Amino acid sequence: MEYEAIIGLEIHVQSKTESKMFCSCSTEFGAPPNSQVCPVCLGLPGALPVLNEKVVEQAVKAALVLNCDVLKVSSFDKKIYFYPDLPKGYQISQYYQPLAKSGYVDIKVKNKRRRVRIRHLHMEEDVGKLIHQKGMSLVDFNRASLPLIEIVAEPDIRSSEEAGEFLMCLRSNLRYAGVSECNMEEGSLRCDANVSLRPLGTRKLYTKTEVKNMNSFKHVMKAIEYEIKRQKRSVKKGEAAVLHTRCWDPERGVTVPMRGKAPAPCISHSDLGPVILDEEFIASLRSQLPELPLDRSERFIQQYGIPASDASILTSSKELADYYEECVKLYKKPKVIANWIMSDLLRELKEKDIGIRECKVSPEHLAEMITLIDKGSISGKMAKDVFVEMFETGEKASQIVKEKGLAQISDKEALVKIVDKTLQENPKVVEDYKKGKEKALGYLVGQVMKETKGRANPKLVNKLLEKKLK
Amino acid sequence: MKISKKDVEYVAKLAKLKLSEKEKEKFTKQLDQILKYVDKLNELDTEKVKPTSHVLPLKNVFREDKVGKSLEVEKVLENAPEKARGFFKVPKIID
Repeated sequence: MEYEAIIGLEIHVQSKTESKMFCSCSTEFGAPPNSQVCPVCLGLPGALPVLNEKVVEQAVKAALVLNCDVLKVSSFDKKIYFYPDLPKGYQISQYYQPLAKSGYVDIKVKNKRRRVRIRHLHMEEDVGKLIHQKGMSLVDFNRASLPLIEIVAEPDIRSSEEAGEFLMCLRSNLRYAGVSECNMEEGSLRCDANVSLRPLGTRKLYTKTEVKNMNSFKHVMKAIEYEIKRQKRSVKKGEAAVLHTRCWDPERGVTVPMRGKAPAPCISHSDLGPVILDEEFIASLRSQLPELPLDRSERFIQQYGIPASDASILTSSKELADYYEECVKLYKKPKVIANWIMSDLLRELKEKDIGIRECKVSPEHLAEMITLIDKGSISGKMAKDVFVEMFETGEKASQIVKEKGLAQISDKEALVKIVDKTLQENPKVVEDYKKGKEKALGYLVGQVMKETKGRANPKLVNKLLEKKLK
Repeated sequence: MKISKKDVEYVAKLAKLKLSEKEKEKFTKQLDQILKYVDKLNELDTEKVKPTSHVLPLKNVFREDKVGKSLEVEKVLENAPEKARGFFKVPKIID
C-alpha cells in the first residue's frame, strides 16, 4: 500500500519587545542567570501580571501578515503542568479564545503553488531555561515570561520540502513585519512537527507523533524525513501507532521517544481581563506593515523587468530589497545592479558572515562604481577587484582607483606610444597579420594590455592597432 | 461525577506525589465529596449567563513596553532550597 505523510507544524516565535510580557523585566539576551526576574515572572504570591501593549501589537501584526482573522475578543488562560522550567506551575497562554484564526501561507514547491492553512495564532509566555548536569538541573528564569507567538498550522504539508518552504515564507513575512528575528539557531523561532501517515487517497487522520528539538530549517526537514521513514517501517511491521513525543537527535540523525503526550488542563486566568480590539486599532497596525515579500517580488518583476529568480533573491529580506531599490533610484539599469548585488555583494556578505546592514558599500558607492565602468574609467573586470576593496574599506570606487592607479588608460596619446612600441617589438606578428592572420591582432592587444598592467582601454587599443596596421 | 481510585493515581502522578494505598482510598472519598459539593452549582440555570473570568468589567489593561528594575539575584534565590552559581538547583529531570 502507498502511504502519504501528513505534517502539521507548530511554530513559536519570540516577539521583539523591550520588556517581558507581563512585567517590566528586560528581554535582553545573554544576561547573567536570574538577573532579569521579578516577583511577577517568578510567580511569587500576590504578584499581578499586566499585559505589555507592544506584545499585542506584535501579535496582531504577525496575524495580519499570515492572513489571519484577528478576533475582536481574546483572553488568557492558565495552562497547568508541572515542570521546573515553569516558576508559577502554569503557563499563561490563550487556549479558549486565541487572538487570531483561519490564516494561510502560500508556498511554491517544484513550481506548484500550494496553500498551507493556519488554524490559529495566539500569545503566550516563554518558560525558563534548564541546564542539565550530572545529577541535577540548573534553572535560569531570565527567559521566563518573554513574549511568544504560537502559530498552529493545519496538517496541509505533505513533504519535508514543503515544510522547509513553508518555514521560509513564514519567516520572511514575520521578519518583514518586524515581529521577530526568527532565528532558529538562537531560539527566537522554534518548530515542532506533527507527523502521521495515511493510505494514499483516504481522508482520515491517523495517530501522530510530535517531533521536537530541531534547531535549524535543515534539521526540521531531516527530522521529518526520518520520521516518515520510521513510521513506514513501523507500519510494515504491523505495529500500532502510539501518540507520543519524540526528540530529534541531530548527531545520530534519528528521532527517539521522549514521553507520552498528556494534554495539560487549562483554566481561564482570573487576573487578566480580556483583550478587546476594535477595527481602528487593527487598521492602524495594518497601515504600519510594509509591502510583503511575495508582492514586492512581483512588483520588482513588473517595474524593473528583472527575472523572477532575481526578484525572489532580492526580496529574501526587507533590508536587501530596500538596498536594491535605493541603488535603482541612483542608477537606472536595474538588471545591472541586480547582477552586482547577487554575485559580488552577496558573495562578500556570505564570506564575511555579515548582513546587508553592516555592509560598508552604500547604494551611492555601488552606483558610482557602475557609473565608472560606463564612463570607461575602469573595465568591468577591474571593477570586480575594486568592489572587493570597497567592501573591505568602505571607500568610494573613484578614490580606490585614484589611490591604486587603477584608472583605465583612455588617453589616446599615451596609448599610441605603447602601441607603437609593441609594433616595433613584434615585427613577425605584424607581418603575420598583414598576411591575413587576423588572430595576430588579438595577440598584439594582449601585449599592450600586459604593458599597461591591464589598464588600457581594450576597445581603444583595438581601434588604434587596426588603424596603424592598415 | 464519581472519582475513581484510578483518577487519584493519575493526578498524583502528574503532581509527582507518592501516595500509600490508604491515602489513595482516603483521597478518592474526599475528592469525590468535594466534587459532589461543587456539582451543586450545576443545578443553577446558567443558560443566559456569559462565562466570566474576572468579576470587574475590565478590558485592555495594558502597560507600556518599558524596562524597569528587576530583583537582585540574591533576593531572587533567597527562598530557594538549593542554588548554584546564580541558578536554582533542582533534581535532574529529563522527560
